[in-house]
Formats: sequence, C-alpha cells, structure tokens
Amino acid sequence: MAWQWFHRLGSPRWFYQKTNVWLPWLALASVVLLSVGTVWGLGFAPEDAKQGNSYRIIFIHVPAAFLALAGYYIMAISGAIGLIWKMKLSFAVMRAAAPIGAVLTFISLFTGAVWGKPTWGTYWVWDARITSMLILLFLYIGVMALSQAVSREQVADKASALLALVGTVNIPIIYKSVDWWFTLHQPATIRLTESSSIDPSMFYPLLTMIIGFYCMYAWTLLTHTRALLLRREVRTQWAQQELAGGK
Amino acid sequence: MSSVDVQPPVSEARTSPGFVALFRIEMLLALRKRADIANPLLFFVTVLALLPLGVGPEPDLLAKMAPGMIWVMALLATMLSQESLFRGDFEDGTLEQLTLLPQPLYFAVLAKSLVHWVATGLPLALLSPLLALMLNLPVEGYLCLFISLFLGTASLSLIGAIGAALTVALRRPGLLLALIVMPLYVPVLIFGTGAVQAAIDGYAYSAQLAILAALLAAAAALAPLAAAGAIRISLDN
Amino acid sequence: MEFQFSSFADFLAMDGHGIFVWISYAVTFAALAAMALYPRLARRRLQRELQHQQRISQRRQKVKAARQAVKEPA
Repeated sequence: MAWQWFHRLGSPRWFYQKTNVWLPWLALASVVLLSVGTVWGLGFAPEDAKQGNSYRIIFIHVPAAFLALAGYYIMAISGAIGLIWKMKLSFAVMRAAAPIGAVLTFISLFTGAVWGKPTWGTYWVWDARITSMLILLFLYIGVMALSQAVSREQVADKASALLALVGTVNIPIIYKSVDWWFTLHQPATIRLTESSSIDPSMFYPLLTMIIGFYCMYAWTLLTHTRALLLRREVRTQWAQQELAGGK
Repeated sequence: MSSVDVQPPVSEARTSPGFVALFRIEMLLALRKRADIANPLLFFVTVLALLPLGVGPEPDLLAKMAPGMIWVMALLATMLSQESLFRGDFEDGTLEQLTLLPQPLYFAVLAKSLVHWVATGLPLALLSPLLALMLNLPVEGYLCLFISLFLGTASLSLIGAIGAALTVALRRPGLLLALIVMPLYVPVLIFGTGAVQAAIDGYAYSAQLAILAALLAAAAALAPLAAAGAIRISLDN
Repeated sequence: MEFQFSSFADFLAMDGHGIFVWISYAVTFAALAAMALYPRLARRRLQRELQHQQRISQRRQKVKAARQAVKEPA
C-alpha cells in the first residue's frame, strides 16, 4: 500500500491533475520571490567595495549556475528512475529538464561573461568554473541532440537517459580535471575565485533569488513536462478532454 | 546418448574463452580491413601536417602547440573511427546475436573496444614520435607523449564505445557521435597534455600518467557496462 | 535598508556599469519568459493539430456516407 502513490505518480493523468493544484502556487511564489529579489538586489543591496555595481549580476548568475548543475542531476535521476521502473512520467520529466537546464547553463555563462568585462576587462576567461560550465552545456546539448535524433520515442527516452547517467558519472571527474588544469595555467594577475564570506546585506537578496529560481525551475519543469505528456498521450481520452477545455 | 550430457549447462559457460575467441575474431576482421586501420592514422598525420601551414613554421610556436595539437588530433582520429565500431555487426545481425550469448555483453564490448584500441590508438601512439619530431617537440617530451597516448587512447576507445552504441541504429551518426562523446573525453585530454607539458618543462610527470591509468581502469570497468546497456536500448529489447 | 542611488538616472547608470548589469538582467528574464511561454505555445499547436485531424476524419466520414447514398438507390 505504501507504494501506491509511487505507482500512481507514474500515471500521466494523475500527475496532470495533481499538478493543476500546485502550479498557481509555484507561479505566485516564483514571481513574488524573483521580483522582490531583483528589486532588492538591484536597488537596495549595498555596493560592493571592490567591484562596484557590476557585482549585482551575482543575484542572477549564481542561482542560474546552481540550477544548471542541479538540473543535470534532476534530469539524470529522473532518467534513471525511468530506466529502472519503466515509468513514462519520469522519462517525460527527463526530456523536459534537458532544454531547461541548457537555457539555465547558457544564462549563467552569458551573465558570467558580461560580468567579466567590467571586472577582469575581458568577456571570456578560461577560468575553471566557466570552462566547466561550458562543458556542462555541451553535455546538455548532447542529451538533447541524441533524444532528437532517435525517431522512436521509447528508444530516444532510454538512450538519452543512459547518456545523462554516463554524464553524471563524468561530471565530478570533469570538474576535478578542469580545476587541476586551471591551477596549472592560472596567470598570476587574474584571481577570481577568492570566496570571502558574503555580507548579510548581500546574502539575503541572493538567498531570495536562489529560492525564487528554484520555484521558477520547478514551475517551468512541471509545465514543460505537462506539455510533453499531453503530446504523448494525445490519443487518450483524458488528454483530448484536457485539450478541448481551457485556453 | 542424451543431449543433456553433451551440452554444458549455461551457468558453467566460462567468460574468458568467450572473450578470447571474440577478441581473436575481431582482431582478424580488423586486420583484413586494412583501410580501417590506415585511415585514422592518415587523418592524424594529414591534419597535423596542415597545422604549420595554418599557424606558420616558427619552430618555437610549433613546439609550444605540439602536445595539445597531437592530443586533440588523436582524440579526433579515435572518435571518427569509432563510428563504425558496432555498425557492421548491427547491420548483419551479429550484434543481436552477441546479446544472446551466455556470457555478459560486457565482455563482447570490452573485446571490441580493445581491438579498436589495438587498431587505432596503439598505432597512433607508435606514430607519435614522428609527428613530435615534425612539430619540433622538445626531446624530453617524447617518452611521455608515447606513454600518455598509449594509456589515454585506450580510455578514449572505451568511452567512445558508449557513444557508438547509443548511435548505432541511426543512419548518419557522425556529428552526433562527436557531440555526445567529446565532453566525456575532456579529462583524458587534460591529463594527457598536462603530462607532456610537465615532461617538457622538466617536472615529474608520473602523477599525471598515474591519473591516466586510473581513468583507464575506471573506463574499463564502467564504460563497457554502459555501452552494453546502450546496445540493448538501440536494439530495443 | 535604503535605496542605494540618489536618482533614477543614477540607478540606470550604476557608475558606468549599468549597461552590463541591465543586459544581464534583460537576457536572463527574456530567457525565463520564453521558457515560461513555451508550454502554452506547444499546447496551442497541439490543439490545432488535433482539430485539424478531427476535421479530416469528419470529412472522410461524410464522403463515405455520400458514396453509400449514391450506391444504395442504384
């Protein structure tokens, strides 16, 4: 009996109806948190002593980078659940998570590059973290490309789940090796990774933004999964009813 | 006499003879198709010969770029030849039969990867001193370049097998295979070039080689498992 | 906690770093908005495809019925 909810969770219809209730709350939370965090970070957080106002990019850069990495694990774990329990739903979550994660990785790369210009005087530095993020982007793109290339949906699901899992095993190794590579080539003049403790007046808006990004991520993942499920279940009655009603 | 006496029960099927037999067959097939062995090598040499044409013939510049360029080209050569790793077997149905063998598919993949390495990685490593000479690599780097390529290309063959297995059922996997496999090659590339660079600069490079060996051990243990899973997925059963 | 800038123009300029900060925020929110809108577009596309298919099948049935109507009197 304890496992009933787990099996029910595998049913696209149950998931679709259940998330109807959650979505508005998640949307509300993310809009509120993101707007409060943005206004706070842009206007009210104090100026950084060293970097001036350009540091304000941190309030989007760090949350996006957090979720870009977390998103890969979410994708891989849902792929693994799909492979083990053959669950339609978790494959859909995996497929939805790939482009979202790629966009977040792109955001963190882009904001990092723009932040780099006023801080280090150049848009792109082969810094350990930036390079790792770039490779993460390639990993995401690989999963997306594979899932697009295989024409049979079931095979595409399983194949990209496996690739995502292989990527998960590799991510720590890639991070460590890129880190090592960077210390080898690090020019003495550029130092960017000295992580001093952050002042509470900057930390709280950052925390707000991080939680806001998490809510936004959850909401986006759910809506993308729902859209994917509708497409896959379009032959079923509940999906057609769902499509007939509403916007 | 009853057939029960003659046939050994499946559980007693030993893995090692199967592995050796497969390795032998694959090796024989690889030796028959000489072009498949020669092409990656020719690619490797040709592209590296283009490098001085692109960046200029200054010996110092070439020497500086040599470790990285040789490694990147080794990476490309290995990957390009990987596309056909399972293709023939997939098309004539052998792959399907391999999945039905009593011993795990793991050993079949391991045998094929090993043959791939013997046919591409090993010749690349053997050829590397010649290219190092042409690119003016300092003499201190030669031995290290050879050992790092020797160890590294084996990892590349194993990791690439995953990509080859995932894309075996696709009609034109070429670029997709590159997209999938390249990010996974990063650690090998970093430690391979790192070792050579350390050797040129006169530092100890055994640590990097040890890491390459560790990567190889991990790849040998895990990559054929993943590739075997990928083959089953690609065959859709 | 107070507003860190003396005027709105000051807020926009951010001591010369304004362009970098604003571009980052603009691109980020544009990307987030695009991701948020995508499911709605996908849904609409699916609805249109479904209606299209239903119309085709209705037309087929009409044609079938008409053919039978022609056959039967003869």
